[in-house]
Amino acid sequence: MKTSAAKFDIPYIQYLDQDGKPAAKLPKIAEDVKELVRMYETMSFVRVFDTKAIALQRTGQLGTYASCLGHEATHVAIGAAMKREDAFFPMYREYGAQFMRGVHPHEVLLFWGGDERGNCFKDAPKHDFAWCVPIATQFHHAAGAATAFKYRKEKRCAVSVIGDGGTSQGDFYESLNCAGAWKLPVVFVVCNNKWAISVPLSAQTACETLAQKGIAAGIHCEQVDGNDIIAMRDAMDRALERGRKGQGATLIEAMTYRLSDHTTADDARRYRDAAEVEDHKAKEPLIRIRKYLTDIGAWDAKKEEKLLADCAARVDAEVAIYKSAGKPPVESMFDHMFANLPEKLIAQREACVEESKQGHGGAH
Amino acid sequence: MAKVALVEAITMAMAYEMKHDPSVVVLGEDVGKNGGVFRATLGLQDQFGPERVIDTPLAEALIAGISIGMAAMGLKPVAEIQFSGFIYPCVDEIINHAGRLRSRTRGRISVPMVLRAPSGGGIHAPEHHSESNEALFAHMPGIRVVMPSSPQRAYGLLLAAIRDPDPVIFLEPTRLYRLNKQEVADDGEALPLDTCFVLREGTDVTLVTWGAMVVESLAAAELMEKDGVSVEVIDLATVSPIDEQTILESVEKTGRCVIVQEAPITGGVGSEVAALIAEKALYSLEAPIVRIAGWDTPMPLFKLEHDYMPSIARVFAGIKQAMEG
Repeated sequence: MKTSAAKFDIPYIQYLDQDGKPAAKLPKIAEDVKELVRMYETMSFVRVFDTKAIALQRTGQLGTYASCLGHEATHVAIGAAMKREDAFFPMYREYGAQFMRGVHPHEVLLFWGGDERGNCFKDAPKHDFAWCVPIATQFHHAAGAATAFKYRKEKRCAVSVIGDGGTSQGDFYESLNCAGAWKLPVVFVVCNNKWAISVPLSAQTACETLAQKGIAAGIHCEQVDGNDIIAMRDAMDRALERGRKGQGATLIEAMTYRLSDHTTADDARRYRDAAEVEDHKAKEPLIRIRKYLTDIGAWDAKKEEKLLADCAARVDAEVAIYKSAGKPPVESMFDHMFANLPEKLIAQREACVEESKQGHGGAH
Repeated sequence: MAKVALVEAITMAMAYEMKHDPSVVVLGEDVGKNGGVFRATLGLQDQFGPERVIDTPLAEALIAGISIGMAAMGLKPVAEIQFSGFIYPCVDEIINHAGRLRSRTRGRISVPMVLRAPSGGGIHAPEHHSESNEALFAHMPGIRVVMPSSPQRAYGLLLAAIRDPDPVIFLEPTRLYRLNKQEVADDGEALPLDTCFVLREGTDVTLVTWGAMVVESLAAAELMEKDGVSVEVIDLATVSPIDEQTILESVEKTGRCVIVQEAPITGGVGSEVAALIAEKALYSLEAPIVRIAGWDTPMPLFKLEHDYMPSIARVFAGIKQAMEG
């Protein structure tokens, strides 16, 4: 006899189609037009910032930079939905989420400009993690943070982001599995932009969706149109609510597209069809929310013009702060290693400072 | 005062700290009802409940990674890896995050975690259960590596490791877990980290060692005493960062040095001790430094493990060599 041991379904959630027309009855968040406008304005700011950061790198004023072009809705929805007491564990291009949480644009520039002071997070939550470059390790940290919140019976959630390539890592599965077994208040977001540097999704997995990888872990999972800010925000709101209510972890697969190169050190033309990129440009996230807001009378050309001018001015001001930062003191390499610096390192610190004074260290 | 074995002293230290600090939690594979494969967490789950003594899924990288997340959010996780040969999946988390987070965030986020693992050979265990890999971790910036060598030091150093605001890899010599018992006062008194312990004062030769090799080293020193050679035995205890001053002062006094480690000789912690003496106490030396260590081979299965690990006879011969050199 053969019966079914278990059955699963992966919902796909979209509210605005690529032309900004409602594809379904809109969720509650859509009633808060002010909030929609706030998110759209941040998405626009991220776009202006991103363009500027690439220009800075191209002119030798910034190190390698990871663009977020095309991911604005996914990232901004994450940051907008989270509360300040929640904890964020990003990978390395979620500026939209971080700006919403109070990270300063000049801090992002400092990081990519080779300066740890970018990780100080002067006004963002002090418990938020900095950018995490070793792929998928951040999921462990989020699961650990959620364990701490659950242990102390706090109504806080941990949120982490990974790319489609990251779902091939063991750490990804281990974290999901643990979050399921322990019913942790954590939201895992897979930002599926279809490319892991040069490797397309088809070479990464035979899965029909990445969301279904959460099924094996016994956690709630869904696929969301990551270019639809309303769908993404609604999915985040529900996932955070689940976490806060003690209903466990959620895996959200945000369907988006990397319109840029992987980083400024990459040239996607080597491996990707221009036609594919063109096709996705029509689906990018700013167009549809702008159209929707315009359709409901909450946005117009004049507002758009003012917004873009404001964004440009603010980005310029942030770039000015970044440029005036100078070099951090050499001893700062040592000063934050341990709460109590061991004797051996105190001696090395002194030697390092001395070498620097002698002009033996530092090319610039 | 009760006489306890080293493994019991480990349990005592965790229980003491859990009793006095609600942010301390224990986690690992089989640490709950089973009390850990070596019984280092025996009875803790009964005493403190499953929320504080947590059986994790079987995933070592996860254990290290969630400990980092927990520590960053204000807990003090004491995680167990079942055997040091299974610790390698944790290396990514330890080197890339545990050792760097404070530095990366300019002191904004600290990682007060302890990763405990049994270490070393001599217990007739299967493959991957007998490795001495302290040098791997000693090479990583931002973490401390501690190896106790007696029940008293296990108790005091583990308390210090849990209380330290930064990550500590705590490698426990498996062979000593139940070898000898010692009186240990359960008074919550920690011993200092970053400090060597002079276990035996002597005037003719300095012997630097740590972990299980302390036993063979002390035995060889006793034998040398009968031959009229006075051996000073130093237990590194904190393998990284090394307390340089204690070692240098001793070598300046004796003029001779033997280093004993169980791990493979190349690139070991003993190499660092030898380099330290060569740099800062060369002119005090009356003879070349002697290193007695494991061979540069994989740890053999147990029929040959005692041919791999330094014996009392090898340590004895090493001290003689230093005296004659």
